[in-house]
Amino acid sequence: MALGVIARKAGMTQVFAEDGTVIPVTVLEVEPCKVVLVKRKETDGYDAAQVGYGKAPKRVPRPLAGHFAKHGCEPMRGLKEFRLDPGEEVQPGQELTAALFSEGQRVDVSGRTKGRGFAGVMKRWNFAGQRASHGAEKVHRQMGSTGQCQDPGRVFPGKKMPGRYGNERVTVQNLVVVRVDAEKNRILVKGAVPGPRGGLVEVRPAVKGAGR
Amino acid sequence: MRPLDDVAQDQLRKDIPEFRAGDTVRVHVRVVDWRETRKGLEKRERVQVFEGVVIARHNNGISSTFTVRKISNGVGVERIFPLHSPMIEKIEVVRRGRVRRAKLYYLRERVGKAARIRERR
Repeated sequence: MALGVIARKAGMTQVFAEDGTVIPVTVLEVEPCKVVLVKRKETDGYDAAQVGYGKAPKRVPRPLAGHFAKHGCEPMRGLKEFRLDPGEEVQPGQELTAALFSEGQRVDVSGRTKGRGFAGVMKRWNFAGQRASHGAEKVHRQMGSTGQCQDPGRVFPGKKMPGRYGNERVTVQNLVVVRVDAEKNRILVKGAVPGPRGGLVEVRPAVKGAGR
Repeated sequence: MRPLDDVAQDQLRKDIPEFRAGDTVRVHVRVVDWRETRKGLEKRERVQVFEGVVIARHNNGISSTFTVRKISNGVGVERIFPLHSPMIEKIEVVRRGRVRRAKLYYLRERVGKAARIRERR
């Protein structure tokens, strides 16, 4: 567990590595981030840093404005928490920028995926669908069987079926930081990141592997 | 300039000559060989030349590519190069061709005399 930043997914592009290989990258523009409050096990039951991010909207909701005022901060767009290790040093008021990360480091990125509405089984679960011809009628994109016959006589719970797809929180682990642009407060991460362009994502040092 | 164009701005190459579909180019490509020696793997770089007709250009900032087609030992060979790749040593324009479309995929069905391209003045 460690401190991270809130960023906005700007989109994807590519960069060249020194040996000429093309690296697909996602550009993450780090929002203005500031530690508002540090929670400690003794007082709050767990260790975390509450981070405010973004530019404040024209009208900040009163409760939120009060919370920022209480901790001596300018109002911001919203708040997110990052769990901390016990004893990790974080100061309230600390600004968080892209400089928190270094090139070559591995990070986990969480975001909300694009909502796809009520999706069929081929899109949602990568089913193969059914035949295009040979007598198949109106079943080309349907699922096949949902189970057996009289025994068990029911569909097992968890059976993959059509339904709402997307618009859920997804974390992509161990993405390599390709470049950190401190001046523009921007991070380039190898590979794709959940969410639409302009969507908010959390960037944290990787939990697994050699990222820490 | 589109939103992400400034990301790899510094990697864009300014030494690329102007050329378009129908032109014949000579692409000098850096090739890295790894040789096994007693000291371990040895890196060796050399330059290979690929000469042929540009049949397509795909313009998209740093992601721009161009496709070169040549006939090698009677077999058609096409190679897609990233335009701004550091592996490209240089590009020479050998001949300018006059063509009436941007993508010359029709050349794939033609051989010999039928695949000729008029020169542009």
